[in-house]
Amino acid sequence: MRFGVIQFPGSNCDQDAYHALVDVLGQPTRYIWHKDTTLGDVDCVVVPGGFSYGDYLRTGAIARFSPAMKAVIAHAESGGLVIGICNGFQILCEAHLLPGALIRNRGLKLRCEYLHVRVETTNSPFTNACRKGQVLRIPIAHGEGNYFAEPSVIEQLQREDRVLLRYCTKDGAITDDANPNGSLDNIAGICNERRNVFGLMPHPERACELLLGSEDGKLIFNSILQHTKAGRHEAVRVS
Amino acid sequence: MKAKIIVMPKKTVLDPQGKTVKHALESMNFTGIKEVRIGKFMEIELEGGNKAELQKKIDEACHKLLSNPVIEEYTFEIHE
Repeated sequence: MRFGVIQFPGSNCDQDAYHALVDVLGQPTRYIWHKDTTLGDVDCVVVPGGFSYGDYLRTGAIARFSPAMKAVIAHAESGGLVIGICNGFQILCEAHLLPGALIRNRGLKLRCEYLHVRVETTNSPFTNACRKGQVLRIPIAHGEGNYFAEPSVIEQLQREDRVLLRYCTKDGAITDDANPNGSLDNIAGICNERRNVFGLMPHPERACELLLGSEDGKLIFNSILQHTKAGRHEAVRVS
Repeated sequence: MKAKIIVMPKKTVLDPQGKTVKHALESMNFTGIKEVRIGKFMEIELEGGNKAELQKKIDEACHKLLSNPVIEEYTFEIHE
């Protein structure tokens, strides 16, 4: 499984993702500079966290128009896997690869802490190694992770089983107290209709070693590996 | 020519900045405030040209980059 990690000016989780993929998971991985117009032979693109282009105008708004993102959009459209973490999720929304937008946290505070998310479905290349309802302990670090979309879009995400992760208590209850940023429906991560593009605010790459407090993030990357091993290069569609 | 653009959060979108500023105004005894909403004001200097064409260009810029139609609305004026 070949991974590519995009680097924008202002990305700061690119090395965390690289470390998790290479040193923990032992996967061939390379960086892709934002000015690169092609991705090379990568199977899965990681759009990492950070403050691409200084978060100018809106988070992810400028990154969306970079040459590398044009290649990422083409990769996604041809069925390739894309995972956007934190700022990466914001960029994927701005690029219209995922619906909705991420706005300022309800409390205006940048939240940087470990919390819990519940796996809502295992029908995706990013959660198939988890159990449905499994609670993962993964950190967040963002000021703009408040997921917003029109009610019709939220309803569609539900209907099509596209909400992959929700903020929850450590026992897996979906409560307002467990929602760190005001996201509609406690949404922490969603996928596109074709199920090959995933955006999430929590940082699985920072939770791949016990030394860092949790290994639960590995389940997300192991899902990707399992998906590819099973030969399901084409994303699974919901009927 | 100059384009003056205002981008505001949509009414249906929570504006936590506006809410916080409203509370701050109230705490300094500024009463009678119904709502505060915070957006952005942008100016773009233009080299000139056909006003109708510029209208179209600025509209496209607002729609594609300067605002995010999922969460924001925009208005603009072009001044001579």
